[in-house]
Amino acid sequence: MHMADALLSPAVGGTLWAASAGTIAHCSAKVRKDLDDRKVPLMGVLGAFLFAAQMINFSIPGTGSSGHLGGGLLLAILLGPHAAFLAIASVLVVQALFFADGGLLALGCNIFNLGFLPTFVAYPFLYRKIAGKRTEPARPVIAAIVAAVAGLQMGAFAVVLETAASGISSLPFRAFVVLMQPIHLAIGIVEGFATAAVVSFVCKMRPEILQAAAEARPSAGHSLRNVLLSFLAAAALTGGVVSWFASGAPDGLEWSVAKVTGKEDLEGQEHGIHGVLSALQEKAAFLPGYTLKKPAEAKSEGTPQGDPGRDGKAKTEGGGRLGTSVSGLVGATITLALVLLAGFLLKRRSRAA
Amino acid sequence: MASFEGSILDFRRLDRLAAGETALHRLDARAKVLVTIVFILSVVSFDRYALAPLVPFFLYPAVVLARGSLPAGYFARKVALVLPFALAVGMLNPLFDREVAVRLGPFGIPGGWVSCASIVVRAVLTVSAALLLVGVTGFPEICRAMERLGVPQAFTVQLLFLYRYIFVLTEEGARSSRARELRSFGGKGLGIASYGSLVGHLLLRTWMRADRIHMAMLSRGFTGEFHARRPPRFGGKEALFLLGWSTLFVVLRLHNIPQLLGSLVTGGVR
Repeated sequence: MHMADALLSPAVGGTLWAASAGTIAHCSAKVRKDLDDRKVPLMGVLGAFLFAAQMINFSIPGTGSSGHLGGGLLLAILLGPHAAFLAIASVLVVQALFFADGGLLALGCNIFNLGFLPTFVAYPFLYRKIAGKRTEPARPVIAAIVAAVAGLQMGAFAVVLETAASGISSLPFRAFVVLMQPIHLAIGIVEGFATAAVVSFVCKMRPEILQAAAEARPSAGHSLRNVLLSFLAAAALTGGVVSWFASGAPDGLEWSVAKVTGKEDLEGQEHGIHGVLSALQEKAAFLPGYTLKKPAEAKSEGTPQGDPGRDGKAKTEGGGRLGTSVSGLVGATITLALVLLAGFLLKRRSRAA
Repeated sequence: MASFEGSILDFRRLDRLAAGETALHRLDARAKVLVTIVFILSVVSFDRYALAPLVPFFLYPAVVLARGSLPAGYFARKVALVLPFALAVGMLNPLFDREVAVRLGPFGIPGGWVSCASIVVRAVLTVSAALLLVGVTGFPEICRAMERLGVPQAFTVQLLFLYRYIFVLTEEGARSSRARELRSFGGKGLGIASYGSLVGHLLLRTWMRADRIHMAMLSRGFTGEFHARRPPRFGGKEALFLLGWSTLFVVLRLHNIPQLLGSLVTGGVR
């Protein structure tokens, strides 16, 4: 469920980063305002509790496998959406940094998928509506299952959308949806039952905890709209700015979306360096004749040097999308060797020092 | 579950590495956080078929590993643990993208394989950059850097609290879980009924712990500020570190160095 950096384009990652950062700022202000400074340690410790709860499994009857709690919805039920959002976001930061679950760029996406959707969509619109104000045991159980399933379905769909918009993976949209949604239906049901089990236990033992969270409602309706609006505004603004930049100076990340590559400008610039180095090249080539025939590059040779932009484009269209070939491979190998050598030498030097 | 306990141990080791005393460790955390961000952005902004231009970026992790005297094997293992997830999605690319992208004489390599390899290289680079940031900076320092870079204090305090109690609570969770497994027989007693009350009790204990922490906070006059091991100082060294690496990343992003090197060696004319 965690998105990884490797599958993400900067435009999508940046947009969701900005949106999530905006939501964090809003929630921080909100939590700071209605503090109750008892909540400060409570949020922190409950975040740590999620890590602990993930170590405890329960067996799923009839399947031989076992499940555990994810916890986003549970925190929303216990803390209310704002504090829960901050707690989940902090858990995701730790997971990204220490366990490399997801990545730093993907953090925005993950906070949105696993934090925003359960706490600001599934919790207020499903859990609260179904569970109602009273804490009779049956309704919270149903509410938890419905909200957990819906939250995870939305999260999984968001992962698909973000991946498709990034265009790094070439998995078709429909196939990805068909892959993701059923898996997350199962995960959602497990999550729902686990959340329901814990909620009904707390209901029996310390009903006042749930009561307090349920009564903290009145102002939430108004501020919820604010959160949604500011979130949308931040996303639209960043998306707009990023795509404006991207269209102004076409970049590699746009490849799959617009079929236009930034290689045009970038490789155009390289021609200058090539010109300077071409004399050196002939002398330095210790592997001559290993350059094999490349249709794309042959085509680009034919175009006049005066128009580097078009030159690059011809190359891109000609199937040599990598912009490399044998020389790229050889160069990459040499570069890697040089990097390893540099690391090795530095290590020895620092050991000697 | 054993693997989860293992990963907590791993977590602890990563945390301890940050207590090193190299020049890299002594740099202000802000410089390291910003360089990591520039690094990740440069790496992910390549198009999906970029492979060779990504290779020079290995210079950064290599230098950090060496200068920070961090154990390379440990980080390699940690990165390898995460790779399967990236690979799982990357492996599907060859199925859907069969158009030939690169020709090596008679062999045509489909674009799917190239983009799959690109995904794996990206994953290695981005994951190792994040892990190395922690290994060379430490989580509390990163939080403070974030705060000085404008992240709201309510959130950084949340992060620091979370971090302080992860070790305590995960140990408690692991103990409870082990106790329950030892008492169950033939899979009996591991169902959802005992799970609910076990996790519920853990939750209530956690809740009470929060109350005690709150009391302790009040009695010690805690104002929501954690204190740093090193006083914040963004000086010339930090500026040099930030500017140097950022410039290098931008240059590597704009120029395909391996391609240049390769054509230098093979004498290929473009």
